[in-house]
Amino acid sequence: MIPSRAETNAKAAALRAMFEAAGAVVVEPPVLQPAETLLDLYGEDIRARAYVTSDALRGEQMLRPDFTVPVVQMHMIHGAEPARYTYAGEVFRRQEHDPGRANEYVQVGYEVFDRADPAAADADVFAQIAEALGGLPVTPVTGDIGVLMAAVQGLQTSDARKAALMRHIWRPRRFRALLDRFSGRVDMPEGRRALLAGDVICDAPMIGRRSATEIDERVAALRADAVTPPISARELGLIETLLDIRAPMPAALSMLHDLEVDLPTISAAVAQVDARRKALVALGVKVEDLNFEASFGRTTMEYYDGFVFGFRAGGRPELPTIATGGRYDALTRRLGGGAEIPAVGGVMRPGLMLMLEGAA
Amino acid sequence: MNVKLGVPSKGRLMEKTFDWFAARGVRLSRTGSDREYAGAVEGIDNVSLVLLSAGEIPRELAAGRLHLGVTGTDLIHEKLALWEQLVDPVAPLKFGAADLVIAVPRAWVDVDTLDDLDAAAAAFRRTHGMRLRIATKYHRLVREFLRQNGVADYALVDSQGATEGTVMNGTAEAIADITSSGETLRANHLKVLSDGLILRSQATLWRSRVAATEDGGNDVLTRLLAQLGQA
Repeated sequence: MIPSRAETNAKAAALRAMFEAAGAVVVEPPVLQPAETLLDLYGEDIRARAYVTSDALRGEQMLRPDFTVPVVQMHMIHGAEPARYTYAGEVFRRQEHDPGRANEYVQVGYEVFDRADPAAADADVFAQIAEALGGLPVTPVTGDIGVLMAAVQGLQTSDARKAALMRHIWRPRRFRALLDRFSGRVDMPEGRRALLAGDVICDAPMIGRRSATEIDERVAALRADAVTPPISARELGLIETLLDIRAPMPAALSMLHDLEVDLPTISAAVAQVDARRKALVALGVKVEDLNFEASFGRTTMEYYDGFVFGFRAGGRPELPTIATGGRYDALTRRLGGGAEIPAVGGVMRPGLMLMLEGAA
Repeated sequence: MNVKLGVPSKGRLMEKTFDWFAARGVRLSRTGSDREYAGAVEGIDNVSLVLLSAGEIPRELAAGRLHLGVTGTDLIHEKLALWEQLVDPVAPLKFGAADLVIAVPRAWVDVDTLDDLDAAAAAFRRTHGMRLRIATKYHRLVREFLRQNGVADYALVDSQGATEGTVMNGTAEAIADITSSGETLRANHLKVLSDGLILRSQATLWRSRVAATEDGGNDVLTRLLAQLGQA
């Protein structure tokens, strides 16, 4: 059964009222967002996922693909701390591969900006959303991008290589390719040796904005990289072991603690996972059944850099995730113009929730 | 009913298409004055010729207003999402061959692969505070290709013609465009990335999967395709 627009809106209003009753302030960001902000954040890929329109006065605008960015911007400009926000409304997602996917749907969200206790804020968002989904046939999964980031930072290799890996944390294929290259698993491209030896003479004129200095700097960086020892097979194995972790939270935590022995830089991030576990228990969440997947959240458009979670419809793999969320401290840093605040939030899809209710 | 065949309305593409059909006993021609886009078909009944821009043929096939159409693979892939569900390739016509490639200034001795392009884009953004610009008219194909290959920190800027000149003119740092011999690229001091081939294209005869074929249309199509040796 496909719920009507009125039914979906009523459900959305009820969910928003629930968050409001829990202390969140209702916000209503505009549908049209300046395209430049989103393009700067997500790059050109966002054009494949959001609708772009324009006028001669304001230039390119996007139909909001989510609420997180405008809510963060609004908070960074005139929000008091700590703050909790809730919202309900339509988001627009361009679809070019699957005509069965909705390109316009209602989201209800809950966002928490709080410096005091990140683990408690994580648990609060997760538990509130879990409660709102109460009774529906959904399976939660959690993860933590922060652990992978800490593992990368702990690799025995150059800062340049770490920066390259960090830049592609959210692009698993490129991340993998970089790891293969940095660990010496792939050969140097043809012609590269001659370039590094200084044997390449180029008579082509300099055109475009990328200057000769920039080219020289990159050649120097390539030379430095060529004499950097490969990332060891042992370290590569540790990253792989980490990415393969997929277990109920207590078992996953004990695997993380094991890894900590060999990858001490992940200690703080693992401690955060453990603190979150305790905060979840305090809110009555059954962590014994709660899945933890170390690679969860790496392919979404969102800018999560810590805790991540999703609720999938059990037995309905064709449905999109019913609710998703996570921590996005880095996003507040990028939008804050110098300021930053730890932030965590999540969104639900009332339309899908009604479908599941109808089927249940 | 008449089966509608769409053919590019001018230039070499039109002439070569006419030749290809003529070699198979179907004579296509423009009628009336040079400026009038009307056409005639001889050698088979109930087929009408529609002359229009090669760039509009994908849309007309997808809408079912044409049964058959001649246009490049590049335009079909660029303009139609899920093109496999909308059109079938009937025959490659062995002309109009061109590759959609990514090209950068030849002076970029440090950039040979997409991996290099990605690293250069990251550094460029740090230095200039803007994303590295790639000029193209093939937005969808290029974006999809770069996404699959994990290239970030670039911006696509629209260029509907003379794209090879954009780098020299300072409106882009790199380009993605169609090339056949590579001569224009070389003349504009550009080189193709070794793994920068996005698509091999050539003029192709396409059949719409959605055009209505009742009232004998199917029979006409069957006869026409048989005559073209594509039954």
